[in-house]
Amino acid sequence: MRPFRYEHATDRAQALQLATTPTAAAAAAHVAAPVQYLAGGTTLIDLMKIDVMRPEVLVDINALAGQHGEIRADDAGLRLGALVRMADAAAHPAVLRDYPAIAQSLQLAASPQLRNMASLGGNVLQRTRCNYFRDVTYAACNKRSPGSGCAAMEGVNRRLAVLGVSDRCIANYPGDFANALAALGAAVDVEGPKGRRVMAFEDLHRLPGETPHVETNLAPGELITGFSVPAGPWTRRSLYLKIRDRQSYEFALASAAVALDLDGGVVREARVGLGGLSAKPWRSHEAEAALRGKPLTEASAQAAAEAAFAKAVVHGETRFKPELGRRTLVRALLQCAAMEI
Amino acid sequence: MADDAGRRPGGHIGQPHVRIDGRAKVTGQARYPADEPTTNPAWAYLVISAIARGRIRGMQLEAARAVPGVLDILNHANVGQEVKSPMGPDGKPTTTTLESDRVWHDGQIVAVVVADSFEAAREAAYKVVVDYEAETPSATFDSPGVQAEALKTDATHSYPLKGDAAAAFAAAPVKLDARYETPTQHHNPLELFTTTCVWDGPKLTIYEPTQSMWGLKAAVARQLGLDLVNVRTVSRFAGGGFGGKGAPTSRTAWIAVAARRVKRPVKLVPTRDQGFTIATYRAETQHHIQLGAERSGRLLALSHEGWEISSRPSSYNVSGTTTTARMYACPNIATKVSVVHADRNTPGFMRAPPDTPYMFPLECAMDELAHELGIDPIELRRINDTQTDPVDGKPYSSRSLMKCFDAAAAKFGWARRNPQPGSMRDGDWLVGYGCATSCYPSNIGPATARLSLTPQGKAAIQLAGHEIGTGAYTLMAIVVADRLGLAVEDVQVTMGDSDLPPVPGAGGSNNAASTTNVAAKACEEIRHKLALAAVQAGAGIFAGADPAGLKLADRALVGPGGRREPLATAVSRISSGAIEVHVENVPQGLAPDAAAALYQGKMSMSRGAERKDVTAFAFGAQFVEVRVHRRTCEIRAPRAVSAFAAGTIVNPLAAHSQYQGGAIWGISSALHEATEIDRRVARYVNDNIADYLIPVNADIGEMDVIFVPEEDHRVNPLGIKGIGEIGIVGMNAAVANAVFHATGRRIRKLPIRIEDLL
Repeated sequence: MRPFRYEHATDRAQALQLATTPTAAAAAAHVAAPVQYLAGGTTLIDLMKIDVMRPEVLVDINALAGQHGEIRADDAGLRLGALVRMADAAAHPAVLRDYPAIAQSLQLAASPQLRNMASLGGNVLQRTRCNYFRDVTYAACNKRSPGSGCAAMEGVNRRLAVLGVSDRCIANYPGDFANALAALGAAVDVEGPKGRRVMAFEDLHRLPGETPHVETNLAPGELITGFSVPAGPWTRRSLYLKIRDRQSYEFALASAAVALDLDGGVVREARVGLGGLSAKPWRSHEAEAALRGKPLTEASAQAAAEAAFAKAVVHGETRFKPELGRRTLVRALLQCAAMEI
Repeated sequence: MADDAGRRPGGHIGQPHVRIDGRAKVTGQARYPADEPTTNPAWAYLVISAIARGRIRGMQLEAARAVPGVLDILNHANVGQEVKSPMGPDGKPTTTTLESDRVWHDGQIVAVVVADSFEAAREAAYKVVVDYEAETPSATFDSPGVQAEALKTDATHSYPLKGDAAAAFAAAPVKLDARYETPTQHHNPLELFTTTCVWDGPKLTIYEPTQSMWGLKAAVARQLGLDLVNVRTVSRFAGGGFGGKGAPTSRTAWIAVAARRVKRPVKLVPTRDQGFTIATYRAETQHHIQLGAERSGRLLALSHEGWEISSRPSSYNVSGTTTTARMYACPNIATKVSVVHADRNTPGFMRAPPDTPYMFPLECAMDELAHELGIDPIELRRINDTQTDPVDGKPYSSRSLMKCFDAAAAKFGWARRNPQPGSMRDGDWLVGYGCATSCYPSNIGPATARLSLTPQGKAAIQLAGHEIGTGAYTLMAIVVADRLGLAVEDVQVTMGDSDLPPVPGAGGSNNAASTTNVAAKACEEIRHKLALAAVQAGAGIFAGADPAGLKLADRALVGPGGRREPLATAVSRISSGAIEVHVENVPQGLAPDAAAALYQGKMSMSRGAERKDVTAFAFGAQFVEVRVHRRTCEIRAPRAVSAFAAGTIVNPLAAHSQYQGGAIWGISSALHEATEIDRRVARYVNDNIADYLIPVNADIGEMDVIFVPEEDHRVNPLGIKGIGEIGIVGMNAAVANAVFHATGRRIRKLPIRIEDLL
């Protein structure tokens, strides 16, 4: 860890002001900015201790919870403030009742201690757990050090991605909640020096492509303030299935967030998110299209799974992941269809 | 004493007792080595190598030195000559650190930064730039450049041969021929590998969690050229050892040198990932098993060949064929082990070092053979059970293997098992039942202790014993209270300091046997003194009686017919203060000077597999149910039953916890744990406890433990077989066998993962 300055913002305006400096604006990416926001700290402090992130200033935004710490559910949908703690969102009655996929994605993540600390805004920005990214003694990591190569491509990569990868980076997005947001077509509120903007959640993260070090479409200094999940007839029939080597406290090898609007067994509308094995929070429009108008059966679920992984790219130890991903999605869809709501 | 081995009516041995140090532990009062208060300590942070093989051409230290608070940076250029190279866990040469510019393995200590604060030392360590001349490393089996070395019988390992296994296998009506693998594993005890060194003139005190107080003392004294009396090691509690704190490591001498250079105490708290490379681990192994049998199931041939990874300079090995050759009656046995040298750190002890990796292939092979023969796996073990050592015909000191199988099978509900693989289901989950034999050799070493008793009935026992989480303090209190006729609360136990009488390192499950037998011997000396004084006294109720007929019970000297003389009277006859004895116990079969050698830091051990009179093992049977999801193939183990027979159990409460912990670790060993190595660079990749998986609470369901009663008058006077390690041994094979039963898929490489079953 390197020395840094700690600032405490009492409101949003002050937070934005503290984060808006000439050097911050010039940073190549939001994650590379010398000023970083600090909420729960469960990712940032960890990465600072292992020398992967070296911000000069931390702006503590926990006092913004008054402005951005609310959970609200109404006919239009669900509003989640960015400073809501994971544990609070997971236990909220409206979330549990009307958005079970979101509740489960949070319940199945991390540990109670981490869920009590981590904010939703920070959670979606959790960075990859790729071991080569997290160990600065590996020179080759295009995400950490642009242009240096990718040690994971032919290395230990069982936990990494097969969807959305590029020949520069195969790191996976490790979180869960974001996959449910992507599936349900959520939007994200962003405040920055130039004011407020709303982005489709699917557009928040970027695919690695040629620039894996630029992980999101946030400009340096921009701050996530909340999420909105549109209401829909599918949200109540939704779930999050997470497959991993142990029962709890582990990142997904494969996960699926699915929501179904059924008409007597026929899919009127489907929402499909995938996680654990994708470069960013993943919505499979291909799977959704394959399901639309079809009876939800083993065969149609399998066809949707085939469509979801048609473009999967494997490297070494990830060879099993498209098959695991397909099976995870099939299981999730059949389980979702059988839900009693 | 032999005729009242172990438990006796009304005694404390065999009664469950809560830990006498439990309150201190849960309230934070227990002092772990890094908690010991030191005056004005400086902090050390290690710089470790980022290559696995090569040389250090130079180091750029300017930026690190410029960090405010940095006091010193030790590296091979400025301190290389100050210590003699350490020895490995086997007492033979191992990899070096700052002694030269050579890099033997990934994560080797290459510099030690010392600063006024931990934070400054860490920041400076991140700023050290090491200029390497890298060479291509060899990571593990099948990597180009590794060197295999066939091992020969030595003092600790043997490679039993009997009859003609190859011919018998060739002629056998039923054959099983298979290869198995176990992974690299790291202990990851909660407490890190800390070291604090404090100099007082020529005297060095080392606060370091260790399973071998006198071993560490002797090792550092040798490395620094100090007289043994000038080195003191203190480790009142260790926060888990599991073997990982059994052998001295390189770090200690360098922290001592650092403290001498900066003229202040120096404290090191290494990081979790550094623990993967600055200490030891369980090396990956490969096995080739051949079993030949009659159609009846009777074994005709057993051949077990093993391969183990070690570092370039060390031939450390575990050679579990010493154990596997002794499991079943078999007329023809062949065993062989090779070490494969790679560019890795030297491995070392890890819970049941030989037995965990070597029993896995044997117990899987037995299950495979049972399936092939259409014989129940328990019955196959019964057909080949024996009361004499199949290698040399010695009797077992006791062997209750089939009693363990029968007790565990009944509790588990083995009778409900449909032997057809893949036949049992619960909804979307495939259900499998598996079992395996567990065992561990019963070892005992020489030990010394000091014991005192006051007229008020307070006893104090002192020895350089080790509390690594096993309940060692309580063990001593129970035995002394039992033998002196006191309450457990009346016994004060002092351990964890090399200024106390030496005992062997806590390893090989010897601790209970070694320390209780010396404690009982000390109690017997005190009893004898009191009895002798009582019968020689001119007055008193026992004047002229036979001293052998007097016992200590209920705070009194008790004679035939129940006549009692209060302890106060009996002790006061000798001293109004306290009577004290210093006792040394050398178990049968060890050299007479074995106790004297302890004072030089040299430990000998009577090993259960290598005794002249009997073969001494504890045995057990482990059963587990696994469930595999029919679509996504995740593997869960919701319940397990383990039964063990291990002679006298001193504290069933602590023993239950030990057995259970072992069984949980066995599940972990089968389904979760593996250190991943990047074969291109021979580096550990998942060197953190987020990615190095161990079970969480949700992975462990019902966990039954059965104590099968066993009285063993031959193993040692108290009839104690160690129980620290046997709990883990059979579980990995039981899980693999259950996975086969659930799915019909035989996975011979651990850990078993989702991708193996898709």
